Amino acid sequence: MAEPATLRFAPLDLGRVLLWGATALVFVAAPLVFRQGFALTLMIQMGSMIVFALSYNMLLGQGGMLSFGHAVYSGLGAYATVHVLNFIGKGALAFPVTLLPLVGGAAGALFGVIFGYVTTKRAGTTFALISLGIGELVFASVLMFPGFFGGEGGISTNRVAGAPFLGVTYGPAIQVYYLVAFWCFVSMIAMFALTQTPLGRMANAVRDNPERSEFVGYDTQKVRFLQLVLSSFFAGVAGALSCINFEIVSDENVSALRSGGVLLAAFIGGIPLFFGPIIGAIVFIFFVVALSGFTQAWLLYLGLFFLAIVLYAPGGIASLLVMHLPVIRAGRLRELAWPYLLAAAAGLVAFAGLVGLVEMVYRLSEANLDPQMSIAGIGFDARAQPPWLVSAALLGAGLVALRFATRFVGERWAAIQQALEARRA
Amino acid sequence: MEFFLVQLLNGISYGLLLFMLSSGLTLVFSLMGVLNFAHASFYMLGAYFAYQISTKVGFWPALALAPLLVGALGMVVERYGLRKVHRYGHVAELLFTFGLAYLIEEAVHLVWGRAAVDYRIPPDLDGPLFTIITSQYPTYRAFMMLVSVTMLVGIWLVLTRTRVGLVIQAALTHSQTVEALGHNVPRVFMLVFGGGAALAGLSGVIGGNAFVTEPGMAASVGPIIFVIVVVGGMGSLAGAFYASLLIGCLQTFSVGLDWSFAGLFERLGWSMTPGSPFAPLWEITLAQTAPVLPYLLMVLLLIFRPRGLMGTRDG
Amino acid sequence: MSAAIELLEVRKSFGKTEIINGVSLAIRRGERHAIIGPNGAGKSTLFNLISGRYEVSSGRILLNGADITSLKPFQINRKGLARSFQVTNIFHNLSVYENIRCGVLWSAGYKYSFWHRVGGLKDVRQRAEDVMERIGLAKRRNVPAGTLTYAEQRALEVGITLAGGAEVILLDEPTAGMSRTETAHAVELIKTVTEGKTLVMVEHDMGVVFGLADRISVLVYGEVLATGTMEEIRANPAVQEAYLGALHKEGADA
Repeated sequence: MAEPATLRFAPLDLGRVLLWGATALVFVAAPLVFRQGFALTLMIQMGSMIVFALSYNMLLGQGGMLSFGHAVYSGLGAYATVHVLNFIGKGALAFPVTLLPLVGGAAGALFGVIFGYVTTKRAGTTFALISLGIGELVFASVLMFPGFFGGEGGISTNRVAGAPFLGVTYGPAIQVYYLVAFWCFVSMIAMFALTQTPLGRMANAVRDNPERSEFVGYDTQKVRFLQLVLSSFFAGVAGALSCINFEIVSDENVSALRSGGVLLAAFIGGIPLFFGPIIGAIVFIFFVVALSGFTQAWLLYLGLFFLAIVLYAPGGIASLLVMHLPVIRAGRLRELAWPYLLAAAAGLVAFAGLVGLVEMVYRLSEANLDPQMSIAGIGFDARAQPPWLVSAALLGAGLVALRFATRFVGERWAAIQQALEARRA
Repeated sequence: MEFFLVQLLNGISYGLLLFMLSSGLTLVFSLMGVLNFAHASFYMLGAYFAYQISTKVGFWPALALAPLLVGALGMVVERYGLRKVHRYGHVAELLFTFGLAYLIEEAVHLVWGRAAVDYRIPPDLDGPLFTIITSQYPTYRAFMMLVSVTMLVGIWLVLTRTRVGLVIQAALTHSQTVEALGHNVPRVFMLVFGGGAALAGLSGVIGGNAFVTEPGMAASVGPIIFVIVVVGGMGSLAGAFYASLLIGCLQTFSVGLDWSFAGLFERLGWSMTPGSPFAPLWEITLAQTAPVLPYLLMVLLLIFRPRGLMGTRDG
Repeated sequence: MSAAIELLEVRKSFGKTEIINGVSLAIRRGERHAIIGPNGAGKSTLFNLISGRYEVSSGRILLNGADITSLKPFQINRKGLARSFQVTNIFHNLSVYENIRCGVLWSAGYKYSFWHRVGGLKDVRQRAEDVMERIGLAKRRNVPAGTLTYAEQRALEVGITLAGGAEVILLDEPTAGMSRTETAHAVELIKTVTEGKTLVMVEHDMGVVFGLADRISVLVYGEVLATGTMEEIRANPAVQEAYLGALHKEGADA
């Protein structure tokens, strides 16, 4: 299906202004539309995750650098922020809380310079492994110096600190939301602007053909180093936002889990397109926060979803969406509705079977859990045979149906593609 | 002296285990250009399968069966997963194995729970083999070394003396030529990947009960294996061997030593108080830094010799 | 007469195999110099050594008098030497315009800047448009380079090489795989864009060589058999025997 390619998304300048304006509007209006407190916490987390995922894509999507240790920069940025915030709270420092993300960014960039020097000496797979090693190094070191890093409990703080800014104390969640929304919006614009600079363009060139880049006068190591430092700045900003929101920073902030999480988020969203990680961050937070309330196996489902994206849609959700633009323009989207519906139905059946099996296995594996359980309101005993047979049957039937349905989708697509090609010729 | 000898033997046996793991990884990387992020997950599965089998029929059948099961799983993964992402490039392959590692860890959580399982050393191998001065050297450690060495010699023989081995060696550098000569290279890839997985599984069988068998074991040994591969030089078996022994001994020795800079300063006549500048830094003992030493080694090597000890293939 | 490029007893071995066996050569400033020879003679290797892609086993290489023997490719490029590749080495995912622009950015002085908006850089744009016009790809400016035809990619290959405005240009088989008309067009292009610059070319097509080159060097088994004008080369008995033998007859019949 999709070969990862850099699709240029370049509407007219007026169009671009409208797009950013619309985004700003969404940020401002969102809490008015989704009024529940739960929605607000979700959106705040999405905001900082968007910055984090976009910063990650500066490395992977734009620079071709796969990193397994990006949480180092956001986590250390968070630690710097929490210390400064505590100083503000004690009255030892007069610095506006509103500008704290800059502190996180500066710390992130500083460590980007320190670690980046070592990690960018190699490229490709080796770079990925080195980033993993640095991540483990920092994670282990955090527990070794409890004075600075607060040990296993981490360091907690209070974001209501210092002088209020125009009456805003950041106590209520809605104020935190607008702070996060502001910095998220500003970071999005900044990171997009960076893609339009000589460095940003050469980062793409180095990603595609590092050798030729050398022969047009560029030291590829320096390009990658600078790209990493800029990326770690924004990672630090994301870390600061997380610190302000949760009011605690611990070793979890620099853990392999966090690094893996941002990788998953960016990839699921789509690394070839600038806005891909934005989608990915939203989907990821939704998975993690919302789904984890329903089932203990949410990480398993997330992993399966990630694998499905790697296997069948390596350009991510964003690429899947953009793929449909020519079809929409030709007015032929309706032809795909029925095949998609069938595929979705088949997929849902298979998924229901999978959920049944997974949840039952989980129930039985832990001795202290009640085997009497219910999914979607249907109660049953996990030890009995019928639920197992039903789930297995659903999964099997669903997969078979999915096979046929996807073939149907493929045929429809091919037909539409042919028609579009013919029109172009 | 006694401490030194015991720790040396322990370090070597641990290093050989690490080499069993890193050699499988290196072979797969050299042949297919893909670094299997889930390699340590196969190690974990080997331990868990062995645990499950040994509780039903005993250790010795587990020793034979568990690696085969893991190897079979490896072949399935290659055939239906890795082969599909191959055309998207190395990044996609690495990400696939990364997702697989997540998946396997969660599956293990799901089936066996989050706590460690009681995978025990079999009674006939439990106990001291010989005594070094006053310390007793456990039989099981010697058994581990025996299995490691036998397996590695076996692999070396297969690669250099059998026809399949020669095909693999040729396919290492010229897979298209080998395919043009009529050999089923995709099948060779599948066998090698499965073989690598089986090797990791075997390491899990013998390592899981000597150390601990818990869902976090893949995440704790995985990065060490990658460090070994980077330090030894990507794609170099000899490099992986030296790096494995080096890191095995480094970690084993440092865990048992309570040296610290503060102690050194004391010896030199400078006394430290908790109020001295950077006191926490000096107070740290070598034993406390043991988990980070492999990564520090990697960082130092990268600064002074980025190719690794014996680097051949560039990542 | 100053030498743009000087090779002093350059040797290169891969393991035990010696590919370049002591080559000493001086390319004069402003001349068009062709390097010919049978396949496997080491012509591309020589280019790789000069441009810094490979390290010499022994010997020295000078660019405008400065020693560039152990410099990295980007350092050599910044000193005013640009090269094209025999196997097309472009940025497949970027458009034609962006490909050329990559060749322009460093020499235009923007280096690693992350504070300039590249779309607003008029000088960069002008230069890139200029190059695209000359290589005849102006109409295909937004097409991803990976989807161009072979001849278009070869033109782009040359374009990227020229975009930086280097004074010394190395072209590695620029007309490889082209038809007669495409070749003729390419020769015209090379002639005009290398006006006043130093050009070194590896070529198999004798027609191209005879049409473009001021001087020719013949490379056989890693050694320079002879250097001179085409008459001198044609008359050289060692060259005739080693290489031009069949073509000499062909030239006589034509």
